[in-house]
Amino acid sequence: MVKEAVPKAIAVANVLDRVMRSDRGRLLSNLVAGLRDITLAEEVLQEAAISALSHWGRAGLPSSPQAWLLTVARRKALDRFRGSKNDARKAEDLALLVVREEEEQEEIPDERLRLIFACCHPALELKSRVALTLRTVCGLTTTEIAKAFLDQEATMGQRLSRAKAKIAAAGIGFEVPSADHWPQRLDAVLTTIYLIFTTGYVASGEEPRDLCLEAEYLMRLIDRLSPDDPEIEGALAMMMLTAARHKARVGDDGASLPPAEQDRSLWNDERIAEGRALLARAMARRKAGPFQIKAAIADCQMLDGGPDWPQIAGLYGALWQFEPTPVVTLNAAVAVAEAGDVARGLNIVEGLADELSDYQPWHAARAALLAKVGKAAEAAGAYAQAIAAAPGEAEKLFLESRLAALA
Amino acid sequence: MQYMLLIYNDPAKEPAYGSPDFEEMMGGFFAANEKMKEDGVLRSGEGLQGVDTATSLRIKSGKVETMDGPFAETREHLGGYYVIDVADLDAAMTYAALIPSATFGTIEIRPLMDYNPMG
Repeated sequence: MVKEAVPKAIAVANVLDRVMRSDRGRLLSNLVAGLRDITLAEEVLQEAAISALSHWGRAGLPSSPQAWLLTVARRKALDRFRGSKNDARKAEDLALLVVREEEEQEEIPDERLRLIFACCHPALELKSRVALTLRTVCGLTTTEIAKAFLDQEATMGQRLSRAKAKIAAAGIGFEVPSADHWPQRLDAVLTTIYLIFTTGYVASGEEPRDLCLEAEYLMRLIDRLSPDDPEIEGALAMMMLTAARHKARVGDDGASLPPAEQDRSLWNDERIAEGRALLARAMARRKAGPFQIKAAIADCQMLDGGPDWPQIAGLYGALWQFEPTPVVTLNAAVAVAEAGDVARGLNIVEGLADELSDYQPWHAARAALLAKVGKAAEAAGAYAQAIAAAPGEAEKLFLESRLAALA
Repeated sequence: MQYMLLIYNDPAKEPAYGSPDFEEMMGGFFAANEKMKEDGVLRSGEGLQGVDTATSLRIKSGKVETMDGPFAETREHLGGYYVIDVADLDAAMTYAALIPSATFGTIEIRPLMDYNPMG
């Protein structure tokens, strides 16, 4: 028998590893739904996993490893509450929960939507929302998240604990929001997931985890858990259309390229088709929203005959109804200029100087429009400012090539 | 959960006493009060006299030091507060959004500390 101990231990460890990898978010969301405390849920799930190693090694695999882990994790939480005088009432509540859950063991409800809404609450800073969602729902480690955002691991760890503590102390609920909070809360979720996507999109490709894939996983997950929502479909459509261009986003010289100048043979047709189908389905629901409009803009950028600028200008106007920000006005002005009315576009851009002079894309847009009207010297000055503040090497190379072309 | 809604605003941005905007704001506060009472969530709430009436005190080396004026020099002053008892932050935010001065000032939402020494 002793001879079998090592292979058995390896097999058990592998099963546990697989379950914790593929089902961690699901298990954690279930624990959080009952415990209302992310930190505690993470700790007892970890303890349950450690127990699993020895128990499963001795007694063999349970029929449902997931249900086993949940039950043991809940008991661990119960033990902790019982050990603390202050939490006697919590212990009673939880004891009832453990009994109830054990009765209906095999079927584990999916509570991830509630967890996502809690992690992406607008009362949390956007970067904390991103980090917390990657940690709890996608199961990334603190180290992996820190690397993706070029942060120190300790700093990211503090950010995560602060966010979890705020959820608990500020009374952020683990509920799918009610109808009157839905649009604002959903927008916070979609914005968070989209930031995960764009962070991955511009990454060097040497990161331990592909954030684009994590974002796609999250977006598909909420689309499945909350089906038929046009904004979720719109956000997924925008993600698919943008992802379709991933290989073409930088040229051979390493400079980033706008969609109109990209090599279309590198675009992924399947993703474009899926994005367009999603967008059509969303728009058929006749309930416009910012993500649907942004997806429509992405679609208009990618038409066979080149971008449809008048249509894009109109769409930015529609987006302004939802997001009345100077950035949206800037994008609308660029579209107006591209559609032929350069003087008017430039006029609008110049009018945004007070609000956007610290915003790098404003300098880049202004430079391009000044170049278009033949004001080369002013354009060169604006390019220099845009280059100095460029967010990455690819963008810098692109702007430098434009500056060189002025002469 | 109990939350305090701290009402901050810049007096320079307040509507002038007696103006139609002022009347509208008063109506808004009255409506917010009524709604909180009707829903059974209002625990307390008061308006404060202006910061020119404020006295700040601290003890330095065992000696009481007083200062004429508010503790912090900021443009937005604490003008009043509500304490409400609601299910969660979303609900607290719903009531905070009813406070009319949110259109020109800020409402800070803070949970009260739930401390029970009797365990």
